[in-house]
Amino acid sequence: MRMIHTVRPDGVIAVDDLLFVKGAPTTAGSRILEGFEPLFSAEAVERLEKAGYPVAGISAVGEFGLDLLGEFSYQGPTLEGTRLVGAAASLVADGSVEGALNVDLNGTPRRAAAVSGVVFIKPTYGTVSRYGIIPCACSGEQVGVTARDTATAAKLLSAISGHDEKDGTSLPAEHYDYSDAGEIKGLHVCVIRELLDAASEEMRDLAEQAVQELKAAGAAVDTVSFPLVSQAATAWQILMSAETCNNISRYDGVKFGHRAASYSNIDELYINSRTEGMNLLTKAVILYGSDVLSRDRYLNCYDRSLRVRRIVAEETAKLLKDYNLILTPPCSGRDYHEYPIAEAFDRVAEEGVFSAIPNLIGIPAIVVNGIQFMAASLQENTLLSAARAVKEGSAR
Amino acid sequence: MKYEVVIGLETHVELATESKIFCSCGGHAARKTPNDCVCPACCGMPGMLPVMNKRVVELAIMAGTLLNCRINRYITFDKKNYFYPDLPCSYQITQWFHPICVEGSVELETRAGKRTIGIKQIHMEEDAGKLVHDDWTDTTMIDFNRTSVPLIEIVSKPDFRSVEEVLTYLEKLKSMFRFAKISECEDGAMRCDVNISLRPEGSEKLGVRTEIKNMSSLASIERAIKYEIARHTDALERQTEVLVQETRRWDDTKGRTFAMRNKETAEDYRYFPDPNLMPIIIDDDWIQRVRSTMSVTPDEKKAEYRDLGLSEKEIEALTAERNLCDILDDLIASGIAPKTAATWILTECGGLLRKKGLQAGDLDIDTDKLIRIIELVETNAINRAAGKRVLAAVLDSDVDPDAYCAEHQLDSQGDRDVLLAVVLRVMEANQKAVNDYLSGKEKAAQALFGNCMRELRGTGDPAAIKALLEEELQKRKG
Repeated sequence: MRMIHTVRPDGVIAVDDLLFVKGAPTTAGSRILEGFEPLFSAEAVERLEKAGYPVAGISAVGEFGLDLLGEFSYQGPTLEGTRLVGAAASLVADGSVEGALNVDLNGTPRRAAAVSGVVFIKPTYGTVSRYGIIPCACSGEQVGVTARDTATAAKLLSAISGHDEKDGTSLPAEHYDYSDAGEIKGLHVCVIRELLDAASEEMRDLAEQAVQELKAAGAAVDTVSFPLVSQAATAWQILMSAETCNNISRYDGVKFGHRAASYSNIDELYINSRTEGMNLLTKAVILYGSDVLSRDRYLNCYDRSLRVRRIVAEETAKLLKDYNLILTPPCSGRDYHEYPIAEAFDRVAEEGVFSAIPNLIGIPAIVVNGIQFMAASLQENTLLSAARAVKEGSAR
Repeated sequence: MKYEVVIGLETHVELATESKIFCSCGGHAARKTPNDCVCPACCGMPGMLPVMNKRVVELAIMAGTLLNCRINRYITFDKKNYFYPDLPCSYQITQWFHPICVEGSVELETRAGKRTIGIKQIHMEEDAGKLVHDDWTDTTMIDFNRTSVPLIEIVSKPDFRSVEEVLTYLEKLKSMFRFAKISECEDGAMRCDVNISLRPEGSEKLGVRTEIKNMSSLASIERAIKYEIARHTDALERQTEVLVQETRRWDDTKGRTFAMRNKETAEDYRYFPDPNLMPIIIDDDWIQRVRSTMSVTPDEKKAEYRDLGLSEKEIEALTAERNLCDILDDLIASGIAPKTAATWILTECGGLLRKKGLQAGDLDIDTDKLIRIIELVETNAINRAAGKRVLAAVLDSDVDPDAYCAEHQLDSQGDRDVLLAVVLRVMEANQKAVNDYLSGKEKAAQALFGNCMRELRGTGDPAAIKALLEEELQKRKG
């Protein structure tokens, strides 16, 4: 496993190709951003370096981070091992780096962590600045960290989180302290039945093991029904596609990145550059996103998704009043081996039931040992302690 | 058949802010050469997030107040999608769902009498860049200086019934906005889309509407509307063409409009709320604070000056420019008579500026210095001609009036000895004129007086010089 660009040989952090590192190219895994070099570093990168974690290099992502695990990257085919496993997660897993910075747009780094057996935490929306990331779905994407263990994840997250005036959605707290390891004893955890049923047997077993560890550590675990997971998935697919379609429309071949060699007018310049520069999955997202925003569909699709978002937020809040944590498989666990890109849009959509809620309503989530915990906003410490308990328990 | 013309306007006004609407790049005043006011955000690069410039909201509240609008308490920003090279992000941030001002009106005075034009809404948005085409190399260049410069768009109701009303309305907006310092309203800073249709007089139903896009001069707006009225009339009366709802472009050189797109090919802008800009809550406090900083309107100022006894001509000239009113008010506040103050601003300052090819409105002077000059003249410390010289020097190089007077001995008139010396010197040098006077040619005194004034370069008090000259001549008559 190697990086697509080395920044410092003595660096300890891999940065996804979706966050700016000054001096290194950022391509978002897309030919359309060929040769693009950012003028500044992402706020999260800057903070991490200041905290003493130099960047080792850039890890490949699937185009705009839209796929399952990073399999459809423009650079991918030239890199061994990037086709099927998230690059950053593998780099962390094999010890090349201590940790990685990722953008969680649609659960990709969570799935990658599950497949690679490492930890990934997506914090509450607004705790980490989005300044200096390739924007796709601004209302729900969030910078998170991959690490081998929960203690490292907590340290890295503490370093990058806190208010940033350059991001209008940044929460006011200056700092967050994630070192507070809470008690597992007395925690109430619920497992969503619909997601257990939808996952592979292997994922179900991992969830089952985690439940045993938690019970052993003194937590109370219930299985609950939460059918809204499927509406949440559809709503996020709609909002995410629409916002992504809008945000990546700036890559038009006019100002930077890839421009087609052949065109005879401005429309051809746009069409040829974007046709050559973007892959089939991105194009499907653009079409879907454009469609849900069109005059005829806006109310029934986009606007309705905004309403669904509110309902999911309310219902999840109710559930999280009774329980400290929600436990689910982070992905279906189905065979992610070679499949054609023409199926990618549907495959990603199918994973939405497992991954959409944290993106849709901004709550934090952590993936550890192939399971996922979600908690109420700003309850990262609860996530981290439960994740540690599961990891330590399984190591015994 | 007689037709009635129905017109509605969408007017874009560039706001006079220090910086752009979502980044810290300089506003329109800072722009000197193409692309000297751009940052990664306003030239479309990823990674930077919009941060709202609060001043834009305040200027929009002011505009809404002037146009008698209701200020909405909950406002949002939305994204409008379309591809064009002058739009670097391929979307424009505007207000679609919850605009800042709604339901206003503007009173107009036209030859046909008083008219009220309804205002549907005012919303804030960012401007696009500019394309510059070089025919020689056949390349198009993009200037992003104007991207993200804040605009307000004022959407009127279809209440205009003549070209005259449209022009009067635009003039009125210009004068109000310049006066309130909402916009400089200079060339290109105010642009109009005109929606126009014709219907048989007395009919309630609106006719087929065409929209003429993006015109910035009053002259083009007038010509374009007249052209469209003629085109619609021909189509309705003589079936020269079938009118369709469409967007048209005015070609100023050819003097006609051209179809751009019709209803079927109209773009779908796919508006949606911008998740990076939180909704803004405007409370009473904020509105009150903004309103308390607003000065009076041109109409209120005119009434005030009428009460002070200024002439209509002076009032028109002064209220055409906000800075003239500000200077006049300062002068009056320092105790100078309104009439005197107005004369100094319009005649003296105005005269000097016109000589330089400028206008009265371009007046840029330290009012304390102007007040001092007027005081010196009013107290006869220097004469009026000297006062004008000091004024010219102040306008040219911002000198200190007292120091200038001393340096150029302009206040010499008070010193009888200095004047006397000049008179004696002139008489000495012009013996012939003195003899002429003594032999009865009284006119010769006039020539001697003129020479004295020249010698003093116009500084002395003419009455005092005249008296001294007469005294000396009488002495010689013996």
